[in-house]
Amino acid sequence: MGVFLFLLLAAFCVGGVLGMILSRNQAHSALFLVLAFTCLGGLFGLLDAPFIAAVQIIIYAGAIMVLFIFVIMMINFEQGISPEKKRWTLGLAAVLTVFLIAELGLAIRGTASALGSTGGQTIGSPTDLGRLLFTDYLYPFEITSVLIIAALVGAIVLVKKREKE
Amino acid sequence: MIPVGWFFGLSILLFVLGVIGFFVKRDLITMFMSVEVMLNAANLAFIALAKGSGSPAGQVIVFFVITVAAAEAAVGLAIILLVFRQKRSIKAEDMDLMKG
Repeated sequence: MGVFLFLLLAAFCVGGVLGMILSRNQAHSALFLVLAFTCLGGLFGLLDAPFIAAVQIIIYAGAIMVLFIFVIMMINFEQGISPEKKRWTLGLAAVLTVFLIAELGLAIRGTASALGSTGGQTIGSPTDLGRLLFTDYLYPFEITSVLIIAALVGAIVLVKKREKE
Repeated sequence: MIPVGWFFGLSILLFVLGVIGFFVKRDLITMFMSVEVMLNAANLAFIALAKGSGSPAGQVIVFFVITVAAAEAAVGLAIILLVFRQKRSIKAEDMDLMKG
């Protein structure tokens, strides 16, 4: 059952990302990405992280992607942008991709087998995470709030229309 | 009972797909979405490691990554909007202001 669920979610996740890359229309790309991120939330749930799964779906698949879709709607293309890439670039990219996969696979070779499997005791309950967040990770937590304020102010200043001097 | 190593493999696949998308696509918005895919691949690896080591610390890191990604999306999209206002285009080839 668990394995079936993993394969299903993984297939939809990879399919969503592939659809994002292959689609010519930005709005379709964003919707494919929402599918991929929702499935990734399910995978987080399988990995015993219910709180992060909820955060993933609410913030990533919800808030961030809505932001993307708003910007796509504001920019509003007449037609999709054609990729217009050269043939040899694609071949080079394919070769380099295989190298990258092989390299990363070598990097995790020892780790992956030592990790065990899912199930067993739970680790990621919201209570545990909240306690960790407000004790060991208190400084990063506070710094994050400063970062968010900076991003908020920065975004507003960037997009605001200049007043006439 | 799924081996946690499988999640690691999926994480690699997603990261590589993000890299491909970043280099293949020509418009800034899809390139930006590819960066988000890479961030999520890293998140999946973190959560798999948290499960493998039996400590929730990795999940806290993912929490911070998601927060930073939200801030980054706000600023990045603001910059894309600004570029579009000035150049009426979001194709990567048109961003040649710094080219010598």
